[in-house]
Amino acid sequence: MSELRFEGVSVRYGTRRRGMTAVDRVDLTVPDGAVVGLVGESGSGKSTLARAAVGLTPLSAGRILLDGEPLRRTSGPRPVQMVFQDPYSSLDPRMTIGDSVAEAVPRGIRSADRRREVARLLELVELDPSRAGAYPGQLSGGQRQRVALARALAARPQVVVADEITSALDVSIQGTVLNLVRRLQHELGTSMLFISHDLAVVRYVASEIAVMYLGRIVEHGPAAQVLGDPQHPYTRDLLAAVPGWSPAAPDTAVPPEVAAAEPADPHAPPPGCRYHPRCPVGPLARPEREVCRTTEPTTDHRHAAACHFAAAEQPLARAAD
Amino acid sequence: MTTSTTFDAPAVAPRRSAARARWLAVLRTPVGAGAGLLLALVLVLALVAPLLWSGQADRIDTSAVLQGASAEHWVGTDALGRDVFARVLVATRLSIGLALAATSIAVVLGLLLGCAPLLLGRRGGRLVTAGVNIAVAFPGLLLALFFAVVFGVGMTGAVLAIGFAGAPAFARLSQTLAAGIAERDFVAAARIAGVGRFRVLLRHVLPNIGEPLVVNATIGAGGALLAFAGLSFLGLGVQAPSYDWGRLLQDGLSGIYIHPVAALAPGVAIVVAGLAFNLFGEAVAKGIGLTTALGGGFAPGRASRREATRRDARRGAATEDQGLPVTDPGPEPGRPVLEVQDLSVTFPGAHGPVRPVRGVSFRIGRGEAVGVVGESGSGKSLTALAIARLVEQPGEVTAGRLHFQGADLLTGPDRAHRRLLGTSFAMVFQDPMTSFNPTRRIGRQLAEVAQEHQGMSRGAALARAVDRLRSVRVPAAERRAHQYPHEFSGGMRQRAMIGMGLMGEPSLIVADEPTTALDVTVQRQVLDLLAAVRAEDDVALLLISHDVAVVGQVCERVLVMYAGRVVEDLPADQLRTGARHPYTRALVAAVPDMDVDLDQPLPVIPGRPVDPAHQPPGCAYAPRCPLASARCTDEDPALDDDGAGWRVACWHAGEVAADRDVPGAAPVALALGERA
Ligand SMILES: Nc1ncnc2c1ncn2[C@@H]1O[C@H](COP(=O)(O)OP(=O)(O)OP(=O)(O)O)[C@@H](O)[C@H]1O
Ligand code: SF4
Ligand code: SF4
Ligand SMILES: [Mg+2]
Repeated sequence: MSELRFEGVSVRYGTRRRGMTAVDRVDLTVPDGAVVGLVGESGSGKSTLARAAVGLTPLSAGRILLDGEPLRRTSGPRPVQMVFQDPYSSLDPRMTIGDSVAEAVPRGIRSADRRREVARLLELVELDPSRAGAYPGQLSGGQRQRVALARALAARPQVVVADEITSALDVSIQGTVLNLVRRLQHELGTSMLFISHDLAVVRYVASEIAVMYLGRIVEHGPAAQVLGDPQHPYTRDLLAAVPGWSPAAPDTAVPPEVAAAEPADPHAPPPGCRYHPRCPVGPLARPEREVCRTTEPTTDHRHAAACHFAAAEQPLARAAD
Repeated sequence: MTTSTTFDAPAVAPRRSAARARWLAVLRTPVGAGAGLLLALVLVLALVAPLLWSGQADRIDTSAVLQGASAEHWVGTDALGRDVFARVLVATRLSIGLALAATSIAVVLGLLLGCAPLLLGRRGGRLVTAGVNIAVAFPGLLLALFFAVVFGVGMTGAVLAIGFAGAPAFARLSQTLAAGIAERDFVAAARIAGVGRFRVLLRHVLPNIGEPLVVNATIGAGGALLAFAGLSFLGLGVQAPSYDWGRLLQDGLSGIYIHPVAALAPGVAIVVAGLAFNLFGEAVAKGIGLTTALGGGFAPGRASRREATRRDARRGAATEDQGLPVTDPGPEPGRPVLEVQDLSVTFPGAHGPVRPVRGVSFRIGRGEAVGVVGESGSGKSLTALAIARLVEQPGEVTAGRLHFQGADLLTGPDRAHRRLLGTSFAMVFQDPMTSFNPTRRIGRQLAEVAQEHQGMSRGAALARAVDRLRSVRVPAAERRAHQYPHEFSGGMRQRAMIGMGLMGEPSLIVADEPTTALDVTVQRQVLDLLAAVRAEDDVALLLISHDVAVVGQVCERVLVMYAGRVVEDLPADQLRTGARHPYTRALVAAVPDMDVDLDQPLPVIPGRPVDPAHQPPGCAYAPRCPLASARCTDEDPALDDDGAGWRVACWHAGEVAADRDVPGAAPVALALGERA
């Protein structure tokens, strides 16, 4: 397995005049054998980054390196494979699951070996190989997602990108797929970019977490640190919003302008720090922090967090432990 | 192409037969059967007529020129004394054959043009698309005439002309169909897997657009038949001594004053054969559309508010004939907003009626927030739709009691109910895209609700719409109100949908997975919004969600549904640790939260949810339940009240499985072995 590195990657949609930058100068490394969880709100550019990594969306700037080498378009299966969100649309309804998986097995393998390989892969994802002749319509959502995983693994990928692979599944099935992802990752040591909007899910599978906001990575670090000691106000807001078991206490410290702030429009990202119109410790709450409106923060903290006041806002109690 | 491995497993058989069953189902409808029969007759005639009646049709009899209908010559004879009826029959083969040949040309050309954009890449594709769009703009007949002149008079020329003239329409059709398939994820997955463009087209795109294409080709053949008759009639098509129906029509027309039947007969033949193709195509299209609409499970739309509830209002009947226990609707709050007793929803199935909701009973008090949790297919949404009386045909709703704000929804005039529901009841749906009309601006769609149910003026209604949009945190609400649904992001559409629910002055909001598509921060805002609305106006909330954490946080009471029944009704604060039903415990344990142990596999619920068509006789949860005993598989437990309003349907409620001490956590080893 290998290291996947995004260097200054930007992706623009639309024309120069009426376009928008969905992913903006992203630097991100998925280390060899690690699982990097990517979280962020809807429209922040997570899927766009994923599609760029597998070559489905062209870059407008930057480059993507695999073990230091730029990704090239070659014939045959690509070295970065992807598992999609919706297992109902990611498998061809008119093709048996065995054929779908076989399609991704590298060419130049004899038919009998290919068949054996498919059986092996299905077994790997805990599906009965005798069901290779089944059509996707005969499988449950969780089983389909296993097939999609098997297909991604069939290509002998160096990195797997998983884009919201459990969000279309029922809660009772989600757990089985997450367990499988963890097992496969332990056994095969696959490098993974694991995208999800569910922090609890990301926490469960990822060793590192990157937080994306309006096309930018705003915080990145080891999972335990990012979750236990979040530096960026957006990460903190995300964590606070996770539904928990205790009734949510209304955050009294948040000024009303911030509570009422409208979600940002990705077509017109705000200047300076992109989070400033919603930031509870930004210029709306503390007028002296004008710098947030004008200057985009860089990521130079203990673990990377793009906020001018990351260190200053650190809760003392947390810092102690 | 020989490297592909093909698996010939028995699973192919049920699928094939499913397709066959679909076409057979079409033949069982009256229109489908009639058209199919007619089409078969025409095709058989095309095959055998020339063999049987050629002699008769070509026998020249100068003693019987231009005769009228007689016993010997049913529709008379032509200028050379040949039997017109025999000629019409014999002409079937040429007429049908030429129409089919022209249609084939149109389909093949259309397919090539339609699929070219997929092969050519962006720029070349755009060029082809533009060309097709221009060609489609020309009237087909004009094109046919143009090509007829280009290719020259005669049979071949006419076939080519009609084929070419029909191609743009098929090109457009296959372009649309292919583009729809090409943007599906499985095509992207195939590309990533290294499958070339051409193979993607052959293996993934073509098989998936085949069925609609064949149906349209059938309809197109009818059109080609008419067009061909037209060209022949004009003398541009079939030339003597060959003859098709158009040619016969022309011959007959020259003697129309002497005996009109000779002109009428080929005309009738053209109409009948054309209709046979057209009707059959339409019937199949409708049949396939119908089954795909039903195939995705029970997906009742919201369009038509039906009267199923009232029509089938036989008090208690539903539960009596199912042998289900009559369930107690639970604690009686001060003034219940909603009272539901023994609510059932039934759909006809292939093997007898299917009942996805079976005897659901509950009450909601004024301002109370009640959650409904359960896996997909447990009947949560259907229960909500049944209350809102939005279950569509052929679904049937029965109930022992269905009271909303004291009004009995099972009896009384439907108009009054609609009015009551329109103003006092708000429904927020799971999929906001299907809830909005894609062709109308969001603001207007919201305003319409207030105009219709509250009699607001256009301006006031629109102002309220903008205000509601703002209240659900749609950015730049004023500008957004003038946009169309597709210009909204998924999350924003969902918020607009909630805004629509708040246009009236609801006393009950039923929200079906309102935050499923939203991010945690926005979800929090929406839930806060619902809480604020509730607190302000004492509005009751029925929140349906698969997310037990969300329900636990927002609601006071939780109904847990499994296989169409309420299996537990408990206080929300007891959900996490105090649940008594094994399913409730397993469901809570299966959701990873921020405290879940990273060194352990996630607890999962083994097995699969129950298929509503195959309900087991006893407790529906028994096959997955760690506590199941012999009694559980024999008898369905009733939803019993503990006296304090906590209701559980389980023979072993509150017990803990002997072999493990974690309440509710499903056995992990077993779970891993299971393949859900
Ligand atoms: N094909 C496209 N053309 C134009 N704009 C697009 C296209 N795909 C995505 N966008 C825009 O790019 C931005 C980023 O979208 P993206 O799908 O990457 O977000 P995401 O983080 O994956 O969101 P989600 O959590 O909803 O999946 C959004 O504003 C979206 O509207
Ligand atoms: S830079 Fe300023 S506005 Fe941005 S997150 Fe930090 S404090 Fe908030
Ligand atoms: S009745 Fe029996 S099978 Fe059903 S949930 Fe209770 S213990 Fe399990
Ligand atoms: Mg996405």
